[in-house]
Amino acid sequence: MLTYVARRTLATIPVMAVVALFVFSLLFIAPGDPAAVIAGDQATPADVERIRQSLGLDRPFLVQFSDWTWRLLHFDLGRSIFTNLPVTTMIAQRVEPTLSLMVVTLLLSIVVAVPIGVLAAWKVGTWIDRAIMGFAILGFSVPVFVVGYLLAFFFALQLEWLPVQGYTPIARGLWPWLENLILPAIALGCVYIALIARITRAAMLDVLQQDYIRTARAKGLAQRPILFVHALKNASVPIVTVIGIGIALLIGGAVVTESVFAIPGLGRLTLDAILRRDYPVIQGVVLLFSFVYVLVNLAIDLLYTLLDPRIRY
Amino acid sequence: MDRRTFLKTTAGAGAIVATGGLATPAISQNAAAKTLRFVPQANLANFDPIWTTQYVVRNASVLVWDTLYGFDEDLTPQRQMVESEENSSDGLTWTFRLRPGLKFHDGAPVLAKDVTASLARWCVRDSMGQMIKALQQELTAVDDRTVKWVLKKPFPKMLLALGKNSTPMAFIMPERIAKTDPFKQIDEYIGSGPMKFVRGDWVPGAKAAFEKFADYISRQEKASWLAGGKNMLVDRIEWVIMPDPATASAALQNGEVDWWENPITDLVPLLRKNRNISVDIADPLGNIGAFRMNHLHPPFNDVKVRRAVLMALDQEEYMRALVGDDTALWKTLPGYFTPGTPLYTEEGGEILKGKRDLAAAKRLLAESSYKGEPVTCVVAQDQPITKAQGDVTAELLKRLGMNVDFVATDWGTVGQRRALKSPPGQGGWGMFHTWHAGADCVNPAVYIAIRATGDGAWFGWPNVPAVETEVDAWFAAKNLDEEKAAIKRLNKAALDSVVYAPTGFFLGYQAWRKNVNGIVKGPIPFPWDVSKTA
Repeated sequence: MLTYVARRTLATIPVMAVVALFVFSLLFIAPGDPAAVIAGDQATPADVERIRQSLGLDRPFLVQFSDWTWRLLHFDLGRSIFTNLPVTTMIAQRVEPTLSLMVVTLLLSIVVAVPIGVLAAWKVGTWIDRAIMGFAILGFSVPVFVVGYLLAFFFALQLEWLPVQGYTPIARGLWPWLENLILPAIALGCVYIALIARITRAAMLDVLQQDYIRTARAKGLAQRPILFVHALKNASVPIVTVIGIGIALLIGGAVVTESVFAIPGLGRLTLDAILRRDYPVIQGVVLLFSFVYVLVNLAIDLLYTLLDPRIRY
Repeated sequence: MDRRTFLKTTAGAGAIVATGGLATPAISQNAAAKTLRFVPQANLANFDPIWTTQYVVRNASVLVWDTLYGFDEDLTPQRQMVESEENSSDGLTWTFRLRPGLKFHDGAPVLAKDVTASLARWCVRDSMGQMIKALQQELTAVDDRTVKWVLKKPFPKMLLALGKNSTPMAFIMPERIAKTDPFKQIDEYIGSGPMKFVRGDWVPGAKAAFEKFADYISRQEKASWLAGGKNMLVDRIEWVIMPDPATASAALQNGEVDWWENPITDLVPLLRKNRNISVDIADPLGNIGAFRMNHLHPPFNDVKVRRAVLMALDQEEYMRALVGDDTALWKTLPGYFTPGTPLYTEEGGEILKGKRDLAAAKRLLAESSYKGEPVTCVVAQDQPITKAQGDVTAELLKRLGMNVDFVATDWGTVGQRRALKSPPGQGGWGMFHTWHAGADCVNPAVYIAIRATGDGAWFGWPNVPAVETEVDAWFAAKNLDEEKAAIKRLNKAALDSVVYAPTGFFLGYQAWRKNVNGIVKGPIPFPWDVSKTA
């Protein structure tokens, strides 16, 4: 096992290197000019050119790439072209809101999706099953921003239960922190709940037809232990896989959700950086997301061994 | 059901209370009344008003940095940091005396050497500053409070240059900061303005905060835009960045923010229905919609093609696409200067007036050198103003019988592409859309888009000596009548050669909670004299 973990961890290095090269190349050939954005509309072409030179954006690709790589090897992601702040500082400012949003969404999704998926499988073919699957289709179909606006309209503007926007650090109290996250987490979680519920139902249906389940029923075992102890554990490998894959969904969805709810997280940082062509920030954030994704995949693979003793690395 | 009832009746509330996590409100009611929460037009991504000419940076900078002079609402420069000035009889020497007791936010006194360093940096980046610099004999600090600027030739528009509100403004910074290369951004934000920048609270893309500067010595005159007393009636201003207009609208309605700089027109009816919200015109100087044609390459290097487009152009179509049917918000503009300002003129504007004559435009196009080559029309889709204009232009060109190569892209790409002088087929462009703040179109000194100096001109690079002759005449004018005469001739020359195509004049709204008082109309959201009740 330890050898496997070490091997996988080492394998992240070439993956990250490829991501770094890919991102840097893509940004280099993509159109857009941060110098023009900085200079503003009143600037002359000569001013734009001077700013470009001062930022070093006129240097050849290889020079810029080697500079960036050298800094990266020293754990220095550089400075934002626009704010002049270190990229690591900007990321650090934004990690907590995004992490909070993802954790709350993930918890909410699992707590809601797994039970209703199990329920749908148990009540397969009934109106309960159809209602749950109908909800799942709805969850897939309605865009995050539409759900977000509807939630904000009803729960913030009409009922005045929750704030429309913003983020409060957890250090300022649990409820202030949570009240800003409830609506975004529901909006972002809809698609995730739908996905996990459908996979849970499918996996459970498969397991519930196995001989050992029939044996358990024949022994007179109650429905709850059959579903949640025997069946769910054996159906959990595909569910955990989907949860892991869903992290990517969450990252993508966070960009939209953070914009709709004005949460100052990494999603908005990424979007702002792309629109402004703030290359060091884009590179830093994409590298971070890639790294997180690689780690999540590793964690999921390791989790398999706990869920299914037959899996060994 | 209110929030308290909701909490009491849900199991979640019990769990939360059990954790002891229910925090007290972060700020008391009194403190809340002293904090003004403002949603600006854009993100404050950097904070150097000389390095960048972005309006959002200028708007934040007027809080932190003061200027020697400031425009009042009549667009007249008035003394601000200056106590007195003197211009020698030959017009060559300007002597400025600073007000006593001015301090920077770090406690240091504002000295003449700070002024000279700041003006030297500003001169490199500002078009008027460059003109002064070209005439400069010496710029010196005579003593701690006296600055002398000696020129080789008179520059009658000196006070206008120092007090204008177009970017970059002549902000005064401490000498050590002002010595930064004008093409590199500063990393210390110390000014002598009425508010201090709270650097620790700055999260670019999310928020910025400013706190009242206790040692600020306000002028005694009544505030008028950038002139007069800048009395801060709130202790703290928080800029809350909200890229999504629907979110900003909901936050304003919910009382989570106090003042929104630029609500989009579509949301204004909704805001008007809310009895807690006031809506009014933001900036009476408004904006001028525009598209610029590339004078360097076919087909727009032929003035007949440019005039054919102008003949066919219906400004009403543009304005309705841009701001809708609320006619209080827009008007057609047969000229280049901001309506309602002293130099406004319609001289030579007949080509933009009256019923559009498409047949005549087509005839003129047929007489031109245009041979059906594609017109590369670059349109930023992420800016509602450029997108709406671009859609109308595409239809206009098709009606005119031109072959449109419509390039839908984002503003960042337009910013890069419009700087390319190569032919449209080789990465260049034929036309792009933009808009100009009306405050930047009140006279030629601040109006970079009207200049027609060829290679040195703004994107599109028009080369029209007749326009530049009249710009010089305006600079040399001794009184308003002479200025007006020069501008009339300039307007006609610019329209005859189509320096660019104006698509109309439009206004925008601002909205605020009714417990906020003192908000005025202006080109900048002026926070002085703005108060808030709990």
